[in-house]
Amino acid sequence: MAKIKTIIDGIEVEVERDSWAIDVARELGIDIPTLCYHPALGPYGACRLCVVEVTKSKWTWLATACDLPIREELSIKTNTPEVIRSRKMAMELIMARAPRAESLFPLAEKLGVTKPRFKCRDDIGNCILCGLCVRMCDQIIGVSAINFANRGHKRIVTTPLHKKADKCIGCNVCVEVCPTGHVKTLDDGSFRHMQTWDADLEMLHCLICDKPYIPAKQFKVISDKLEGIELKRICPVCRRKETVDNLRYAVVEKVS
Amino acid sequence: MPKLGTINELTAYAQELKAQCDPSKPCVTVCGGTGCRANHGLEVASMFEKLLKEKGVCDDIDVRTTGCHGFCAQGPLVVLVPKGVLYVSVKPTDVEEIITSSVQADEIIERLTYRLPGTKKRIAKEEEIPFYANQKRLVFAGSTKMDPTRIEDYIAVGGYSSFRKVLSGVEPEEIIDWVEKSGLRGRGGGGFQTGRKWRSCRKSQAATKYVICNGDEGDPGAFIDRSIMEGNPHSVLEGMAIGAYAIGSNHGYIYVRLEYPLAIENLQIAIEQAREHGLLGDNILGTDFSFDILISRGAGAFVCGESTALMASIEGFVGEPRAKHIHTTEKGLFGMPTNLNNVETWANIPLIIEKGWQWFAGIGSKNSKGTKVFSVVGKVRNTGLVEVPMGITLREIIYDICGGVPDNRKFKGVQTGGPSGGCLPEEKLDLQVDFDCLTEAGSMMGSGGMIVMDDRSCMVEVARYFTEFLTRESCGKCTACREGVMQMLEILDRMTTGKAEMSDIDLLEEVCLYVKENSICGLGKSAPNPTLSSLKYFRDEYLEHIEHKRCRAGICRDLTTFIISDDKCKACGKCIKSCPVEAITGQKKVTHVIDYDACISCGVCREVCPFDAVDTK
Repeated sequence: MAKIKTIIDGIEVEVERDSWAIDVARELGIDIPTLCYHPALGPYGACRLCVVEVTKSKWTWLATACDLPIREELSIKTNTPEVIRSRKMAMELIMARAPRAESLFPLAEKLGVTKPRFKCRDDIGNCILCGLCVRMCDQIIGVSAINFANRGHKRIVTTPLHKKADKCIGCNVCVEVCPTGHVKTLDDGSFRHMQTWDADLEMLHCLICDKPYIPAKQFKVISDKLEGIELKRICPVCRRKETVDNLRYAVVEKVS
Repeated sequence: MPKLGTINELTAYAQELKAQCDPSKPCVTVCGGTGCRANHGLEVASMFEKLLKEKGVCDDIDVRTTGCHGFCAQGPLVVLVPKGVLYVSVKPTDVEEIITSSVQADEIIERLTYRLPGTKKRIAKEEEIPFYANQKRLVFAGSTKMDPTRIEDYIAVGGYSSFRKVLSGVEPEEIIDWVEKSGLRGRGGGGFQTGRKWRSCRKSQAATKYVICNGDEGDPGAFIDRSIMEGNPHSVLEGMAIGAYAIGSNHGYIYVRLEYPLAIENLQIAIEQAREHGLLGDNILGTDFSFDILISRGAGAFVCGESTALMASIEGFVGEPRAKHIHTTEKGLFGMPTNLNNVETWANIPLIIEKGWQWFAGIGSKNSKGTKVFSVVGKVRNTGLVEVPMGITLREIIYDICGGVPDNRKFKGVQTGGPSGGCLPEEKLDLQVDFDCLTEAGSMMGSGGMIVMDDRSCMVEVARYFTEFLTRESCGKCTACREGVMQMLEILDRMTTGKAEMSDIDLLEEVCLYVKENSICGLGKSAPNPTLSSLKYFRDEYLEHIEHKRCRAGICRDLTTFIISDDKCKACGKCIKSCPVEAITGQKKVTHVIDYDACISCGVCREVCPFDAVDTK
């Protein structure tokens, strides 16, 4: 693979063709804020926080680093007044959308936003439409239980026809990746309630400790993926214990 | 009709069809464009057919329902060929008289001829009417003469001869050279060099390549592509076939919005006819070149006019754009190199091949070649479609061709390029209309929509209206467009309702500039244009809305107070009758009075007053 020379904040690096600018910058230890980028997923470019200033020969423009492939020599600056202004405005617009999303406050403060100058919305919860949940569910889990509906400012993440998400396997990946805590879940013994998607999933119990630990649907999806390799119905705690015990016996046997 | 197996067979067939045409044979052409259809144009056409049959002269006189003539304000239109007489606003009841006096005899029916606005002068000859005389019709020339559902009509006037020419041994590279040298730029809005796009798509190595025709014309007030697809669908197919041959593609798609049922119907008929005649399909005219076209119907999203969103939509995904760091000419539809052009661009291709790139490059301005079709609507006398050479001034289009602003009102501005374009004031009337000049002035060519506004249009409201359209049409993917445009609307809403503060104007400008620079796709990048251009040219109106809570045009209801002038009111009672809330009182010979507690400032009284007695305070 051909190497391409590029300059980020004055540091000259050689990278593989088609590397994403955000990855290159992060490897150099340059912090680029983002709310919609995840290394496991492809570029998306929705939140507009990762803008950087790009110069190619005599052209200079702002571009989002997450979907900027490096295919020729570029000079990238991550800290110019234009970049700072753009990120601040993006954050201000996001904050006006989800004014109560506390997890965003530290980043907002860092970007110089305390209170948005715009009219704040209070009808949509904390969702900022970063699309991480939708993309994770589709691209990584392969389930596609949720997606976007509607256009423009009416866009929401929802289940098919806004009904109970019958495809949801309750893996909680959407909850884990949500940057604002908008996606909610609750385990109550034998059920996992995916509250945001209106799905109730029956839990399987660990064959050793009998504690509920995984939704039956998720267990099945993983089992199917393993194609013939048996997946033991044992919770992570018991599995670790079992593994450690096995190791211990093996060592004891060897010593004796 | 048997399939044409070789290039020579097509040549012979074209000659045969041409020989059958007798230019001196009387023919009644009735405009079958959507505007005329809405005014019972088709009934006029069938009445002609019926009466000519009854009179037993249907073999001597042809009746042809053609594509749009563009003179929409005057429809339904009937043109008598070869006399060249145009009758306007024809009703089915007029048909009998037209046949007896004008077709079978040589009289002219005065009352059906076009009257020059503001005068008593009537003009019977189509070519002498300023609306037509000042145009240069190339792309549109065919629409008015042919029945769009008959491929024979198209071939008889030289259609598919350019395709024949390229298949007779022109190298694909040479075609691209011609297109490049002709200076043709994309008519969809961006104005990218068509030849360059083709070349980069040709260079991309892949087993499959696609050509797409973008017929998702979503701008309010624009109906250029619609009229071409409806009126001359074969010119689009021929252009696409030539493009596919040049690029090395075998598959084409035409993406048409569902709101254009007639365009879809006529294109479908055209494609089937072209297949039957062996002009689409495998080994076209016995050559190695195979090409076929499918129609993909859009579901009515404005954003699907954006190339990457359009491709996502054809693929069956939600129409959402992606960043174009990798060009669609490298990775487009289904991940394959794709060349997308607008309807009007494709329709220009056969002309360039037929008449030569030198001819094409000789028309237009320095960097914008050829002609451009505009749909001129709003406060002009002759609304309709206008084809003019690039570089003509706005004044020539609005005044010389379209007859200026009606009702003795004053011209205020013109919105070019639809909701993504900008609003230009009177000082810019002498601006040359081409890609670069419009962009420089803060507007854009767009797909060619032009909305003319008079002094009763409020520029803040116009900006608000377009911004509202765009908040609904934004796909909602990126923060800049989804949230930014919505906040623009929020501020504009405050301005038009008198709730804005002075600081809002700076905030509006700031967020506009942000959205322009930071959105993913063209929709967002151009969404602030109406607001930014009106802030630039009509800033005083914004200030007046904020500072004095006054809307001089009398449009923003919360900021408008109407008053009936003592001097002008003739106490005719018209306003009293039309007021929807019964807020006006008065008697004969007594100046009428508005009760401001009841008045909702709707402005109906001002509209109906014959004496201009009602005005804003």
